[in-house]
Amino acid sequence: MAVTYCLSRPATALVAVLLLSFGSVAASHIEDQAEQLFRSGHTNNWAVLVCTSRFWFNYRHVANTLSVYRSVKRLGIPDSHIVLMLADDMACNPRNPKPATVFSHKNMELNVYGDDVEVDYRSYEVTVENFLRVLTGRIPPSTPRSKRLLSDDRSNILIYMTGHGGNGFLKFQDSEEITNIELADAFEQMWQKRRYNELLFIIDTCQGASMYERFYSPNIMALASSQVGEDSLSHQPDPAIGVHLMDRYTFYVLEFLEEINPASQTNMNDLFQVCPKSLCVSTPGHRTDLFQRDPKNVLITDFFGSVRKVEITTETINLQQGSEIMESSYKEDQMDEEPVEPLKYAEQLPVAQIIHQKPKLKDWHPPGGFILGLWALIIMVFFKTYGIKHMKFIF
Amino acid sequence: MAAAMPLALLVLLLLGPRGWCLAEPPRDSLREELVITPLPSGDVAATFQFRTRWDSELQREGVSHYRLFPKALGQLISKYSLRELHLSFTQGFWRTRYWGPPFLQAPSGAELWVWFQDTVTDVDKSWKELSNVLSGIFCASLNFIDSTNTVTPTASFKPLGLANDTDHYFLRYAVLPREVVCTENLTPWKKLLPCSSKAGLSVLLKADRLFHTSYHSQAVHIRPVCRNARCTSISWELRQTLSVVFDAFITGQGKKDWSLFRMFSRTLTEPCPLASESRVYVDITNYNQDNETLEVNPPPTTTYQDIILGTRKTYAIYDLLDTAMINNSRNLNIQLKWKRPPENGYIHYQPAQDRLQPHLLEMLIQLPANSVTKVSIQFERALLKWTEYTPDPNHGFYVSPSVLSALVPSVVAAKPVDWEESPLFNSLFPVSDGSNYFVRLYTEPLLVNLPTPDFSMPYNVICLTCTVVAVCYGSFYNLLTRTFHIEEPRTGGLAKRLANLIRRARGVPPL
Repeated sequence: MAVTYCLSRPATALVAVLLLSFGSVAASHIEDQAEQLFRSGHTNNWAVLVCTSRFWFNYRHVANTLSVYRSVKRLGIPDSHIVLMLADDMACNPRNPKPATVFSHKNMELNVYGDDVEVDYRSYEVTVENFLRVLTGRIPPSTPRSKRLLSDDRSNILIYMTGHGGNGFLKFQDSEEITNIELADAFEQMWQKRRYNELLFIIDTCQGASMYERFYSPNIMALASSQVGEDSLSHQPDPAIGVHLMDRYTFYVLEFLEEINPASQTNMNDLFQVCPKSLCVSTPGHRTDLFQRDPKNVLITDFFGSVRKVEITTETINLQQGSEIMESSYKEDQMDEEPVEPLKYAEQLPVAQIIHQKPKLKDWHPPGGFILGLWALIIMVFFKTYGIKHMKFIF
Repeated sequence: MAAAMPLALLVLLLLGPRGWCLAEPPRDSLREELVITPLPSGDVAATFQFRTRWDSELQREGVSHYRLFPKALGQLISKYSLRELHLSFTQGFWRTRYWGPPFLQAPSGAELWVWFQDTVTDVDKSWKELSNVLSGIFCASLNFIDSTNTVTPTASFKPLGLANDTDHYFLRYAVLPREVVCTENLTPWKKLLPCSSKAGLSVLLKADRLFHTSYHSQAVHIRPVCRNARCTSISWELRQTLSVVFDAFITGQGKKDWSLFRMFSRTLTEPCPLASESRVYVDITNYNQDNETLEVNPPPTTTYQDIILGTRKTYAIYDLLDTAMINNSRNLNIQLKWKRPPENGYIHYQPAQDRLQPHLLEMLIQLPANSVTKVSIQFERALLKWTEYTPDPNHGFYVSPSVLSALVPSVVAAKPVDWEESPLFNSLFPVSDGSNYFVRLYTEPLLVNLPTPDFSMPYNVICLTCTVVAVCYGSFYNLLTRTFHIEEPRTGGLAKRLANLIRRARGVPPL
């Protein structure tokens, strides 16, 4: 504003007009920013990434899940907020020519397994029951924290599933399946328990669109790699590893996500265009009727990233050293020493003691139901055969 | 309120990492070491050990300040009243026959054994909760440990730390052999180390090299130890061990030259600033053996000799805390080279060509003394053409015996002989120098049973087929093509029959 005083009058008027317009633009820009601050309405992000296929030839499903995991970690969601379920171990599989790696591009360009990976549910733990328990929160009390989905009603959750599927079901580990109705009911439970603010469901299987047909809870957006009746195809094999490395849909989603950074403003409409039929061979589908916001207002980082809104302060705080409390606690420990007898280490193989130890008596348990029932049956048969008159000789 | 805030900040600061540079001695210490052992088979074994010792009695004090000792494990010890915990994840098997005895072996898969304090009332409940918590910490499926795979050993697995009495009721042991160990188990294990993977020996822990090995075992051991020589109070010791065996052919491409860079694709740059001791030991027991010398580069400044596992061993020590060790380029790459005398082996192999020439294998080998050398060849049996079989194929086919021509060192040196003067039996083979004598030995011939077809089979098949065809097809053919006529029974005596015969011969209707 100080600039205006130095100029002549017509220039002043011109500059004033310009500044006014800039001011209004700036004000509306601030309004936009304020609106965006409150637009999405979520305060934390969670991700549940599931690979449901076992066996070496399903390498590509593990690579799919790990590439989404990698993107989600890169954009800011920490491991404590990611539940990663991998149904088989590909990286340290004896058939993997390069152990501890899972590649997504051929010629081993990109190792999506990395050096800092935490798999929460692995191998036999990836079952339909565990998946539904994670979603609904009905988990046994001894489950560790890293295996829980501790979301609340301001959480945006990304759920990504991949594997082999069909019309209305998804196969888990070649032994069981989850139907689209079960999944829809699980999401309804989550809604009723206020376990999510908004949910993005992505599925990359054959006939994936059938899995989101039955959703009926609000605030769910769903994407699938193929329509009902179509198969999702895999992308490219690697001759050194010998299997297909990725599925087409997730490969192009990964390429799309590699260009996103935590500050990007790309919205969901771009994600819907990611894999056209010419590249994917199948037709990706999406469902937004349950979602309240317009997809063009939904940022990719609302689900894939964990953008924290921080306030930067410029005050300084002076910290001082204080040694009194530290020393007193140490002295207290020293004064605590009493003269006790010296402790000793146990003998690792005390032969004489082992030979002469007595076996412990087993605790007596009362006879179980089967034994009691058997005896009751025998006694009943005896009395029915020989008549009730014998009872008086017993009692 | 304003006064409380600076006080709160003060307390926060005291519990922060600035505390260790104050006057009083630290109450926990870290020692790290790496032992590199060249194995007799040409492979090399590397064993990392990170030991954090914490001079504190967790049971008595309520602890809230954790420095080097990881908080995740410290809280486990207090919450579940543990006396000892031993958890290991292993992939592969330690081949004692080829590699010698191990320092510490672990079973394939996951193994967990725990001693609880005698104040625990429900040991099984604590055991189940502990295995669940550990499965979350180490990203492993330890939650599958339940009563079906838990045992209470009564005689072995005595406590490895301080123990006054050993009531085996407080011991639980479980193994999960199906458990896979991969990077997701290594990552939390590395995060328990005070220097993580940023400085010291832990920079060498890169997953893509550590899992490309014949044997990989990582373990966590927690136990109480004596704090000082009088042993009146206890300290808690956390040992994290990692043993790997690098295969000479997979990672070494067959050469027996090893270096830290070759094994781990990293070199050591600086010691961990939180460690009180950071050393690399290299086993140089075979340093001065006759024909093979092991050369270690850079040359060690000190060596350490002791009886380890029953034999006397010598170790070269590289101390990372010694400033002279890490040279100007700020990296330490220890190299081991086997210096062999020039190769005087010879192998000639000519594979067979069917019906043209046989296999020929000639090898010149130097046999070490007091040893057994076995040479074996694999072969496959093929089917010959049926005309090539001898009339008695079930006897088998003979493989010619092998020939062993050897120069055997003499116990007593012989003088070169004059052929005309000496007896005939002494002049069969010419002798050039008396220190060894020539001998040619033969093995037994080999009788091989080749797969023999059943030569009577064509005849059997023809008979059977013709019978079947004749009986079945013939019957059907007759049924379909024959017509049936009713014939009246013949009456009359012999004369009438004779007359009818003659009439039939003439072509006249019968009587």
